[in-house]
Amino acid sequence: MTITLDSKVPAGDIAEKWDNHRFSIRLVNPANKRKYKVIVVGTGLAGASAAATLAELGYEVEAFTFHDTARRAHSIAAQGGINAAKNYPNDGDSIHRLFYDTVKGGDYRSREANVYRLAQVSNEIIDQATAQGVPFARDYGGLLDNRSFGGAQVSRTFYARGQTGQQLLLGAYQALARQVGLGTVKLHTRSEMLEVVMKDGRAAGIVTRDLTTGEVASHSAHAVVLATGGYSNVYYLSTNAMTCNVTAAWRAHRKGALFANPCYTQIHPTCIPASDEFQSKLTLMSESLRNDGRIWVSKTADDTRPATQIPEDERDYYLERIYPSFGNLAPRDVSSRAAMRMIEQEKGVGPLKNGVYLDFADSISRLGKDTIQERYGNLFEMYQRITDENPYQVPMRIYPAPHYTMGGLWVDYNLMTNIPGLYSIGEANFSDHGANRLGASALMQGLADGYFVLPYTIGDYLADFLNTTPVPTTDPVFVEAEQAVSDHTRKLLDTKGSRSVEWFHRELGKIMLEHCGMARSRPGLEKALSEIPALREEYDKDVRVLGEADDLNQALENAGRVSDFFELAELMCQDALDREESAGGHFRVEYQTEEGEAKRDDVNFSHVSAWEYQRGGPATKHAEPLEFEYVKLAQRSYK
Amino acid sequence: MDLKLRVWRQGGAAGPGGFKEYDAKGISEEASFLEMLDIVNEELTMAGEEPIAFDHDCREGICGTCGLMINGQPHGPQQGTATCQLHMRKFNNGDTIVIEPWRALAFPVIKDLVVDRSAFDRIVEAGGYISVDTGSAPDANLTPVPKEAVDAAFDAAACIGCGACVAACPNSAAQLFTAAKIGHLNLLPQGQPERLTRTAAMVDTMEEYFGSCTNHGECESACPQGISLDYIAQMNRDYLKAQLADLRRSGQK
Repeated sequence: MTITLDSKVPAGDIAEKWDNHRFSIRLVNPANKRKYKVIVVGTGLAGASAAATLAELGYEVEAFTFHDTARRAHSIAAQGGINAAKNYPNDGDSIHRLFYDTVKGGDYRSREANVYRLAQVSNEIIDQATAQGVPFARDYGGLLDNRSFGGAQVSRTFYARGQTGQQLLLGAYQALARQVGLGTVKLHTRSEMLEVVMKDGRAAGIVTRDLTTGEVASHSAHAVVLATGGYSNVYYLSTNAMTCNVTAAWRAHRKGALFANPCYTQIHPTCIPASDEFQSKLTLMSESLRNDGRIWVSKTADDTRPATQIPEDERDYYLERIYPSFGNLAPRDVSSRAAMRMIEQEKGVGPLKNGVYLDFADSISRLGKDTIQERYGNLFEMYQRITDENPYQVPMRIYPAPHYTMGGLWVDYNLMTNIPGLYSIGEANFSDHGANRLGASALMQGLADGYFVLPYTIGDYLADFLNTTPVPTTDPVFVEAEQAVSDHTRKLLDTKGSRSVEWFHRELGKIMLEHCGMARSRPGLEKALSEIPALREEYDKDVRVLGEADDLNQALENAGRVSDFFELAELMCQDALDREESAGGHFRVEYQTEEGEAKRDDVNFSHVSAWEYQRGGPATKHAEPLEFEYVKLAQRSYK
Repeated sequence: MDLKLRVWRQGGAAGPGGFKEYDAKGISEEASFLEMLDIVNEELTMAGEEPIAFDHDCREGICGTCGLMINGQPHGPQQGTATCQLHMRKFNNGDTIVIEPWRALAFPVIKDLVVDRSAFDRIVEAGGYISVDTGSAPDANLTPVPKEAVDAAFDAAACIGCGACVAACPNSAAQLFTAAKIGHLNLLPQGQPERLTRTAAMVDTMEEYFGSCTNHGECESACPQGISLDYIAQMNRDYLKAQLADLRRSGQK
């Protein structure tokens, strides 16, 4: 396949690009929309909002989720908030400032035009969600309240207690449920996409496995939208839900969709540290806590005193010290690495010395316990349930954990991958966050893509196919894809090895966390690139999956996902090795400033690395140059 | 700690089920309940027995996927806590723990501890939303909402859809789940235009699948989000109004 990387960014002034584009792309008239069928895979924020909106517009939509209901997607766990440029607090925010902060926060590795559009539609998202009944926090006058988040000096984050993701997802889920009730969306639950099917170079549909009955089935459509989330679970331990996986995106990649910037992963600074070997996941404590919590460690290494017995002048509030103007609200990548350095200096706290303190004592004495409880009550309760410690009395212990992946399927300005008719939205694509995502921007991007971008841009592609029928599912392309799915399932069950899927996943996670986590180096990545294929070979020979193919079989589901994580892990390391600079979440120890901050190489690496899958060999790289006309490239400073 | 588990195993919806006993040995007090099951499952896999199927996902108590009947209590002994947030420190060395799926006619068993809760989706599809097409919303600050109202709406909206309320109810009623969604939407100004039609449609759909409420209140104490019975009272008032009112003259139909 010849690949042309055309970002399709429209001409004109950045503030007018989206308007111009909407005017110049083709429309599908309302009476014709019902003649098109669109498949949406994934029903998180991006997928549910896209499926609902496409159906409202009149398209025939089939949506798929591997969950038992569309309300479970991991978007639901987002805590802190959603950004928008409303400037309700009158503190100097604007679309341009949100755009600027996001490009800067992403360490100048995102596409300007996409980010500007994101900032433009951010305000509509808040309007839409409020109209749906999302119970955003309000002040006593009944108007919407805002709080601040990392990487910004304005308060632009709308929130619903510590459950903003839940409320926004339920809003999107309810919009989707309304369409399901009206019969305009056919929703398949407990149904996992395992192949993208192509015909004549275009996306023609998908193959799914019914997770309850094991039935493998084909579904065809005029276009396919993947809204299947991120891949942090490649690390095994992450803040992602247990079933988050890369499978849909990866299977599309194997069919020719380029995978962009896989090494851009985000390690979130405020998670509860691991307590033992059997820990299955890490729990996030919202970044919003950094509004009122102060992060510190003891100035002395190996200090074994309890936090409350360490006097004020022996504490190092290191974020406030190193980054005085942003303080505890320094961006995630910067804060995470600072915590890592403290632990390296043996200043870690807690029984395993694997955390730093996040202390609310000052805020409680300044604002009172009630105010803190009102703002973060549910987070404090969750912390106490997990650790058995009361954060109103002793400081929380936190540590960075893999959380979000900025990399993903390469998409153009229309959110279409390089495969015609195959779109990718939300965390599954690579688009808007560059090398580091700012807090409260994931919800914004997922909903921007689903509510306000894809539903417009998809019409431009569909317009060519008026009065054509989708490829029938009896076509050999579907039959072959079904066979491939069944064969892979059979192979996993027939391996009958001696180790569980979990065991392999944990081992893979350890390699990735050590060599492709918060800090990366050439020797480390090369080591990982020799260890991963060896472990994968062992996996292919020695994994044990019990049970049957025609039944609910969770080990089997997981085994398929872990297979894909192995391949992705290699690509991540390859990308990390290739990118000889540090940018945002990608920190190569060879490339840092004297103070230990990320040091970019704008001459050689101001581009998107989009990787093409090669069967039986290393992926090949295509570079999309990034041009910055409106934001001046600079060394990021949060001092 | 060492524990004895009595776990419900069932092949499929139709298949007969039964309890099987397993040992869970050397479990850390810091482990979560589901991590304890992970360990048992890994041991079962190594011993050649198919692992126990159970639903779970976020393990942060928010997605609502998990839900086990633990010693006869939905989500186990800790109040206001979903199964995934329950930790083994709530149990004692040597305990026997009985683990069952949600038991309700409307939630058929799919396998072992996994049940089908899609009847909840039918209720939401019947009216658990505010009809606002994308793009048609006015500015978010156009309509002030009293803080108290939005707080009360939030308390109801916090429902995670786990089904513990149904599992706890001797009648397998879904009043608390339904009332939580109705309460969330009916308390907000944005929810007023469809207030009565929504309530009638959701309650009628609920009645197709679930038992009737006889005010036991078990649902409230089982709810991991602590959703109040008061929302059921509010739902009943609105349902009654919907029956008495001429919905067209109430501006609703």
